[in-house]
Amino acid sequence: MQAALVVVTLLAVWGAVSNAQYNLTRLNMTSGFGFLERGTGWNYSFSLVERSINDSYAYTLFIGLLNTLFVGFICIVTTTIFGFLIGTMRDVRHPALRFAASVYVQIFRNIPLILQAIFLYAILIHMGGPRQAVSLGDVAFLSGRGAMLPGLNVSPTVAVALLLASLALGVALILARPVFWRGLALWAGGSLGLALAVALVLRPEGESLLSLPELQGLRFTGGISVPIELFALIAAITLYGSAYVAEIVRGGLAQVPRGLVEAGQALGLSRAAIWSRIKVPMALRSIIPPLGNQWIFMMKATTIGIAIGFSDLFYITVNAISQSGQTLELIAMLMLTFLAINYSIALFTNWLNARLQLKEH
Amino acid sequence: MAVAEIIPPSRFETSRRLFLKRGFGSPGSLAISVIVFVVLGWIAWSFLDWAVLRAVWRQENVEACGQGGACWAVIDARHRLILFGTYPFGEHWRSALAALAIIATVVLSCLPAMWQARRLAALWVLGFASYYLLMEGSLLGLPQVTTDGWGGLSLTLFLFAAVVLLGMPMGLGLALMRRSEMPVVRWFAMGLIDTIRSLPLVTTLFTAAVVVPLFLPSWLEGDKIWRVIIAFALFFACYQAEVFRGGFQAIPKGQVEAGKALGLGYWSILGRIVLPQVFRHALPSTINMVVVTFKETAIVTIIGFFDILASGKTAFGTAEWAPYYIEVYLFVAAIYWVFIFSLGQYGEYLKRRMTLSER
Repeated sequence: MQAALVVVTLLAVWGAVSNAQYNLTRLNMTSGFGFLERGTGWNYSFSLVERSINDSYAYTLFIGLLNTLFVGFICIVTTTIFGFLIGTMRDVRHPALRFAASVYVQIFRNIPLILQAIFLYAILIHMGGPRQAVSLGDVAFLSGRGAMLPGLNVSPTVAVALLLASLALGVALILARPVFWRGLALWAGGSLGLALAVALVLRPEGESLLSLPELQGLRFTGGISVPIELFALIAAITLYGSAYVAEIVRGGLAQVPRGLVEAGQALGLSRAAIWSRIKVPMALRSIIPPLGNQWIFMMKATTIGIAIGFSDLFYITVNAISQSGQTLELIAMLMLTFLAINYSIALFTNWLNARLQLKEH
Repeated sequence: MAVAEIIPPSRFETSRRLFLKRGFGSPGSLAISVIVFVVLGWIAWSFLDWAVLRAVWRQENVEACGQGGACWAVIDARHRLILFGTYPFGEHWRSALAALAIIATVVLSCLPAMWQARRLAALWVLGFASYYLLMEGSLLGLPQVTTDGWGGLSLTLFLFAAVVLLGMPMGLGLALMRRSEMPVVRWFAMGLIDTIRSLPLVTTLFTAAVVVPLFLPSWLEGDKIWRVIIAFALFFACYQAEVFRGGFQAIPKGQVEAGKALGLGYWSILGRIVLPQVFRHALPSTINMVVVTFKETAIVTIIGFFDILASGKTAFGTAEWAPYYIEVYLFVAAIYWVFIFSLGQYGEYLKRRMTLSER
């Protein structure tokens, strides 16, 4: 039986390969990775780093990977924070808060993500130019051209470096294993302090620390400009994903034994202290594994960027396929990349979970 | 005072008191209540005002649109396109009946009387067959409509039913292979499950639509829609296999050993002892998986199928209806929401019922 499976699989692979060879020669396509060196000659919507339409395929794909990782990482952070907030609201005793949170979860969890993204994108794109922009306290603006946010007065490269440094600090803190809340405070404080210090040193001569967007004539200057595709994608994934994370968090909080909460009450702890010192640290142990799955889901969800024209890795790959015709090589690269990304996230969450387990004495 | 005078308050009374105490008992909680209800009330009122009170409903009154109310006239004019896509206009009754057949199949399989593998399988095959016969038509002596002409809500329901129907046995097969004592079979299943689960669905479907034809001889290539359905079913199967695995793990080893001691073979033990319990244990997660699958069918719009999302886009694609995209998207979202919410609530109810019966 096993031998039969092996033989059938080998036969199928052999058949597929010979067919592929036959079809490729019929279509006059050459296989191999030589095309990666060629220039692409086409443009796309978003890049974190310098790019031109003469970039090679390899470099363009790298930009796509960077975009996917960037969006995925931002979505993971925003979704986790927002999901914890909503999930906690579903767990508190106050009926109005519970009601509001469950309305949120029931609306955003039960509509397909891609529909939410396309819908949001359509609404944003119809918002009109910078002059009709919606202002948030005059420091952030949202218009049909995108979102303008206040930012540190540093170059994009420095900003990416700061982001990576903050990430490294987080990993280092998990390694050092402090009390959860102290760790979180150290991480937030450290990242913020580092960012401010770097901005203080590296800002352009004589300019302020923060760069605020400002309407000058027909366009905004200063600040961070977030293209509309990127904004819609992040917002849609965050809205959808945090409804799921909220359910995970609620489930985790509900699993904390009542006795522990009552012990906290007997000690006279406030409700906030019970939540932060007893419930969350205990709940994290049952939250992390499904949360890790949700993170992987979010990484995969970035591929719907293609529906609203955001140039993530999938978008770039599909474009590269239609332009170069190197279907097999590009699909193989795409799949291997996603396998690698998701495998790393799985390893990370397993490791995090092992770190957080209670020590048996 | 006599003991009999102390009557416990009714459950309703208790929850009413708790509600009042927790929501309005202290100044802080009162303030939160007021803020939350004012904000929610304001949102609900503005929506009601826009969507109902100031809305334009009939296609004839389209001139009245665009004055601060919803323009449901676009739905009145274009709902056939959204629901049935480019299906021939005169044959829309077939598409409607076919969609109803799928909905009836889903509703019927929620009845406990149907919860036997044989009945469920028969029901789904029947529902799917009646859909196909009605939509395709040639076997019933109706004008033939090929799959290219299918669209809208009907196509979404078709993809959903086909994926679940094909994916369920595939998932069971993968789950059995994963538990096999033969290492090669086990590794094969594990590799396949882990790989498919790590890939975004849209890449899997894209591969099936665009890349797989390169590997297949032309006689095996088939329709694009069937290749995508098979790939989608494989995706479903890989997740469902993990759901079944959870069900298998819930069954004590002793039962299988008892079966062996009685001299039953592998298939008898599986079919008569193990599987009935596995299905029962896996039911809530299976419903969850089915709900997720329905939601994920929206992805096929990316690889160029004319599902309800794409037909909705076409519905406001003309200059006349272009300003009313919000109404169309809300209509499509409401359809999805009703399906997914009711199935999800049913799954929750079932989970509660099953945990109660296990106590």
